[in-house]
Amino acid sequence: MDNNKLDMSINFAGVKFKNPIVMASGTFGFGREYAEYYDLSKLGGICVKGLTAKPRLGNMPPRIAETPMGMLNSVGLQNPGVDAFIADELPFLRQHDTVVIANISGNTVEEYAEMTEKLSDANIDMIEVNVSCPNVKAGGMVFGTSIDGVTTVTKAVVKRATVPVVVKLSPNVTDIASIAKAVESSGADALSLINTLLGMRIDTITRKPILHNNVGGLSGPAIFPVAVRMVWQVASAVKIPILGMGGVSIGNDAIEMMLAGANLIGVGTICFDDPYAPIKIIDEMRKYMTDNSIATLCELSGGVEINS
Amino acid sequence: MPDIYLCEIIENTLLIDNIYSITIRSRELAQEAVAGQFLHIKCGEARLLRRPISICYVEDDKVNLVYETKGEGTMWLSRRAPGQKLDILGPLGNGFCMPDGNLIVVGGGVGTPPMLFAAQSAKKTVTAVLGFREAKRVILTDEFERVCENVYITTDDGSVGIHGTVTKPLEELLKSGKYSAVMTCGQNIMQKAVAGLCEKYNVPLQVSLEERMGCGIGACLVCACAIKNDKNVDVDKTAGITNDGIEMKRACVDGPVFNAHDVVW
Repeated sequence: MDNNKLDMSINFAGVKFKNPIVMASGTFGFGREYAEYYDLSKLGGICVKGLTAKPRLGNMPPRIAETPMGMLNSVGLQNPGVDAFIADELPFLRQHDTVVIANISGNTVEEYAEMTEKLSDANIDMIEVNVSCPNVKAGGMVFGTSIDGVTTVTKAVVKRATVPVVVKLSPNVTDIASIAKAVESSGADALSLINTLLGMRIDTITRKPILHNNVGGLSGPAIFPVAVRMVWQVASAVKIPILGMGGVSIGNDAIEMMLAGANLIGVGTICFDDPYAPIKIIDEMRKYMTDNSIATLCELSGGVEINS
Repeated sequence: MPDIYLCEIIENTLLIDNIYSITIRSRELAQEAVAGQFLHIKCGEARLLRRPISICYVEDDKVNLVYETKGEGTMWLSRRAPGQKLDILGPLGNGFCMPDGNLIVVGGGVGTPPMLFAAQSAKKTVTAVLGFREAKRVILTDEFERVCENVYITTDDGSVGIHGTVTKPLEELLKSGKYSAVMTCGQNIMQKAVAGLCEKYNVPLQVSLEERMGCGIGACLVCACAIKNDKNVDVDKTAGITNDGIEMKRACVDGPVFNAHDVVW
């Protein structure tokens, strides 16, 4: 198949992505660091580091612990605040031909709404609502783990947003499909999943947890099969599109996640191993398309043939 | 520009106990690296995170690193043989800024290796003060002797050199008024004591801080260090660190070298 005729573009909630690879929030800063390595315009999109109404200093270190093919983090939403992001970081991101998604976390429903309003007015393509951060006490996962919580936050954000709204789901729930349905019926344009899984490691000599915060969010290749399963469950339960993520490390993972039902693919932790990972994944997906005579990538989404 | 390089191992030998010295060949890394920087080394396909290791010295197209085997990653590294290749991201970090005048480098234990590169890079004379727990933990003294005018060794138990900590000889040196800068790397408690002395004698100090690292290039925000900030930012006080007058900087790109008077100890 002629490489030039391959169509990797995805229309996601009305926003056009040149390819399905989106950098996951919290793993890519505001893009500046990776721009030293390659042109950010090669990426489908960038979800920026989680923003809060006021600047946050994050949690005490140590903030990271390695696990078998994964890692725990407890950064705790360190960020310069939504106003500084709009003033100092967004203009840089806008110099690149890629979709920019702002990720927001509020302590209160009102904070979510206020940030949505500011970002809607600030030339952002989409808003990703973080109701699933495991590393902060107020807000975050508190909203994301109950039907009432996600419904309230989603409705408040959708009401104030003038751009499409994606709600990022927590995997730390009993039934993710019911949460996803609640988000859908509250008016969200799309879903993203999964955020990190809550985990813990303990130093057997000191008997202290490795993370100062005691617990943290597990990410990396270790969580990939959990993410595939949850994307499949959610895709089977809702009609709105899905940004699937969790441990995607190679092109084949991205294809697998699409088959499970994802429309876009988030890539994150693997960049800590190899900054070039997203570029390699895009190339590997293109090769998969050539090898398997797939002209239009979006037709793969939800293509898994489930055993009866 | 930092980048990923596949580098051949020239030698990888045990110095003492659990401390190894590895030399790799890379013209790019050797040319670009400055003292205080580190290399982010992939330690096998089974581990996700790279291991940050400070550069000990550079010679022609060779880069030497001295590292302690702490966990499985560095144990894997210690088993690599000459001729094998390593996947290295680097050189990374904000290194030491070399003063025009005479310099004192202070190293503690496994924090001494980057001070050798600093001594090697100095513009004028260098005096080294190296502290260890005991005689059998002493490393790199011959190498320091070669590039420094004076080398003072201290041990906690007095089994070799001066009995006590680095602060003893350091205070005498600072009193002389002959030095325009001090640089240090070692355990936090030692660096804090060195910072106290440098403040007393009004000599600028650069410290190399250590924190558990992720990406190594400034994106993931895990290697946070508390640094003074007088910008009076109205921070969210609902969770995490809420102190006034500080900001959390990244050891990997804002550091690992910081001016000591900016550090919140």
